[in-house]
Amino acid sequence: MALGSVILFAVLALVVVGSALGMLLSRNAVYAALFLVLNFATVALLYLILGAPFIALTQITVYAGAIMILFLFVIMLLGAEKLPDTARSGRQRWVAALVALVFLAEVGLYVAYRGSNLAGMPALTADFGSPVAVGLALFEKYQLPFEITSVILLSALVGAILLTRQEKQRS
Amino acid sequence: MTITYYLALSVILFTLGAVGVLVRRNAIVIFMSLELMFNAANLVFVAYAAYYQLINSQLFVFFVMTVAAAEVAVGLALMVAIFRTKHSIDVDQMSALKG
Amino acid sequence: MSDTQLAWVVWAVLLPLGGIVVNLVVGRRLGEKGIGAVASLAAAGSFAVSGLLALALLQHPEGGIYRLATWFNLGSLAVDWSFRVDTLSVTMMLVVSGVGTLIHIYSIGYMHADVRHNGDPQRFRRFFIYLNLFVAAMLLLVSANNFLVLFVGWEGVGLCSYLLIGFWFEKGEGGLGNARAAKKAFIVNRVGDFGLLIAIFLMIGAFGTLDFDGVFAQAAQAAPALLVAITLFMLLGVTGKSAQLPLFVWLPDAMAGPTPVSALIHAATMVTAGVYLVARSQALFLPVPQAQAAVTWVGGLTALFAATIALGQYDIKKVLAYSTISQLGFMVAAVGMGAAVAGIFHLVTHAFFKALLFLAAGSVILGLEHGHEHAGEGHDPFDPQDMRQMGGLRKRMPLTFAVYLVGALALAGVAPLAGFFSKDEILVAASERFPVVFGLLLAAAFLTAFYMGRQLILVFFGEPRSKAAHHAGESRPLVTMPLVVLAVFSALGGALNLPGLHSLEHWLEHSLVGVKEGHFVWAVALGSLAVALLGLGLAWLVYGRRAPTEQDALARPLGPLYRAFERKWWVDEFYRLVLLRPLGWLAQVLAGPVDLGLINSLGDGLGQGSQLSANWLRKLQNGLVRSYALVVMVGVVAMFAYLLWVR
Repeated sequence: MALGSVILFAVLALVVVGSALGMLLSRNAVYAALFLVLNFATVALLYLILGAPFIALTQITVYAGAIMILFLFVIMLLGAEKLPDTARSGRQRWVAALVALVFLAEVGLYVAYRGSNLAGMPALTADFGSPVAVGLALFEKYQLPFEITSVILLSALVGAILLTRQEKQRS
Repeated sequence: MTITYYLALSVILFTLGAVGVLVRRNAIVIFMSLELMFNAANLVFVAYAAYYQLINSQLFVFFVMTVAAAEVAVGLALMVAIFRTKHSIDVDQMSALKG
Repeated sequence: MSDTQLAWVVWAVLLPLGGIVVNLVVGRRLGEKGIGAVASLAAAGSFAVSGLLALALLQHPEGGIYRLATWFNLGSLAVDWSFRVDTLSVTMMLVVSGVGTLIHIYSIGYMHADVRHNGDPQRFRRFFIYLNLFVAAMLLLVSANNFLVLFVGWEGVGLCSYLLIGFWFEKGEGGLGNARAAKKAFIVNRVGDFGLLIAIFLMIGAFGTLDFDGVFAQAAQAAPALLVAITLFMLLGVTGKSAQLPLFVWLPDAMAGPTPVSALIHAATMVTAGVYLVARSQALFLPVPQAQAAVTWVGGLTALFAATIALGQYDIKKVLAYSTISQLGFMVAAVGMGAAVAGIFHLVTHAFFKALLFLAAGSVILGLEHGHEHAGEGHDPFDPQDMRQMGGLRKRMPLTFAVYLVGALALAGVAPLAGFFSKDEILVAASERFPVVFGLLLAAAFLTAFYMGRQLILVFFGEPRSKAAHHAGESRPLVTMPLVVLAVFSALGGALNLPGLHSLEHWLEHSLVGVKEGHFVWAVALGSLAVALLGLGLAWLVYGRRAPTEQDALARPLGPLYRAFERKWWVDEFYRLVLLRPLGWLAQVLAGPVDLGLINSLGDGLGQGSQLSANWLRKLQNGLVRSYALVVMVGVVAMFAYLLWVR
């Protein structure tokens, strides 16, 4: 049982990291977007394993479904698949890589030396992350934040329309 | 299988996202890397939700996703507006605030 | 003494200041006589006040202290504007205001010629304002009850000396000579003032007070080393103000000022401030015989040194100037060896006959200028002060001659004129305490008689050696009347402290410490009289019997020695080489490379530094979003590290 879950996790993790790398490295923006979609889908699977079915499906619907489609629309609209290649900021790349490595090392050392005496993951009940449970918590305890998020969405909507509106020429 | 694996994966994802923000010149790809970073954070939330058996953590992911969606909408609208003037989404060319 | 009587002392200082205010405000409208009258009345008023105080002191000889106002309170040091009325201060006040009044009157006549030549009556007013200011400052000096108020007066007279020496500021060699002389006087005095200031600081530190009573009371228990330090620094101040070695060099140059100034300031009053200071501070000197010896030696050496230089001078005023330095040496030696009464006695008599001599010299100069115009040589260059141009004035200016004779004999120490008695007392004291200095002083007395005889003969006897002398005439009464008054005092002044009566000694006993009973020693008296007569006789021999030649009669016999006398022993040249040149060079260096170069570049450097750093820091703002993001990331990593590892 344990080994199986480890193998499953390993495979999924590999796909996640791989698609992330793919997004990072592709020259073409559309390819990058597609890689990201793969990433999101796999992460949704991870959520499933972690006993969060509602969140997993929300992930697929919102992230992979809506947000990425939006990205693709904009890419197509702007024709921004490829950028002309100018040889600049080579230094920036190296510095960024260095900073990333430092960061990784930091956290890794911390985890290795300090925070690793944790017990294993507990077993999950079937209705832990079910929509019923999520809904109950959302509408009982977190009613106010829920309403606020709808306001946020409204403002984002208005903002997006406002930003992209072109001034009408008065003739 | 401890939670450490999920944490490690999350950290790697986050770092990759950060590097993406720092290295890529295409504004849209930068946004996508940002989403990657959000995702990494979400993963941690969900992992701890399972670990501590707390549903609140999952709810937080819900909120993060909502806000991320709003942010992407506005951000991309901004990109479109900039593109109209500059005819490019290369961030290196948006350096009018040079000192 | 009652408080009201004590309060009069303030009027002595305020009246001359009032004279200044009146002259400043309405002087323009008063005319020459009016301005002179205002100033002279103010001085006479001070004299009247001093007289009243003297009368009051006769009843209460112990005197009193009058506190006018608080000056400041600094921590534990409290200094007041307080005045001291005692026999010593009133004596000085009488001398200063009395001689001062006479000189004010004299100046009305004397400065009239100046106005006539320059046509600028405002100069007249300026002169009298400065004179009044001087009298006020000097009276403040002698009536002060603490060292700081004394120092205010000290500085005040120094300032007035500067203003009055440079009165004709556009005259002198190269148009700058007078101004340079004034500057020299001020700066040399400053060196002395520095010494006095250090002494005052030491007093503050050691005694915590500057009141005379307080300081002198504590002096008895003070450490000898401290007293030596205080007194030696005070001596530096005395050498500056009273023109002793090594700071006497300003006084001969000060003769560039008008003659009344020379008479008042540089003969009778300001230069005696140093003598007064030492007399007042006897309590500080008596416990430390080493300091006393230092002062005595300085006085004795100066007396002889200056007397030798007087021998070789041709300018009538320069002879008198060096004579003043020499006589001041007598006084300083006297107060140094503890014979303060003798010193003050000589101060008073010297004020009489030296002022007389200077004013009479002024009369001679006026007569010569008058004669120069009369002879029709009005615009030829002519030095009315050169004795080589004089001669035979005895017949042409008889009154001036008579008073000059009285003054010269008094200075030479011929009995029974005033100078004999006062000089004799000093010599007696020296013979008992400092035999070598006694020898120096006796030699100086001989030379004094000799050079005065020389001067008398060159100026008044023989045949006139220039047209100006030939046509010279007597001066107006406004000029000669004060001379007569002073001559009377020079003749009879000895009565102040006749042997046996010792009136002045008994009078001053109440204010001075360490006064020993004066006594008359026949040997010394006869000896000094003989020396004086010898000097006069020798002068007659050398100068009187032959007709004067181009070269001074002594030049050949004494050879290089005479050249040294003539050239003032090259002291000024020495100072210029050793002090002024290096200081000037130092000033150049500091002004140029150090100030302009180093310090300026520090300032410039700061400016340039900020410019450079700004230019460099500007590159951070390159406008690229990605580099900003990078910086943010680096910050995040750093914070993370801190949070993880440090906390």
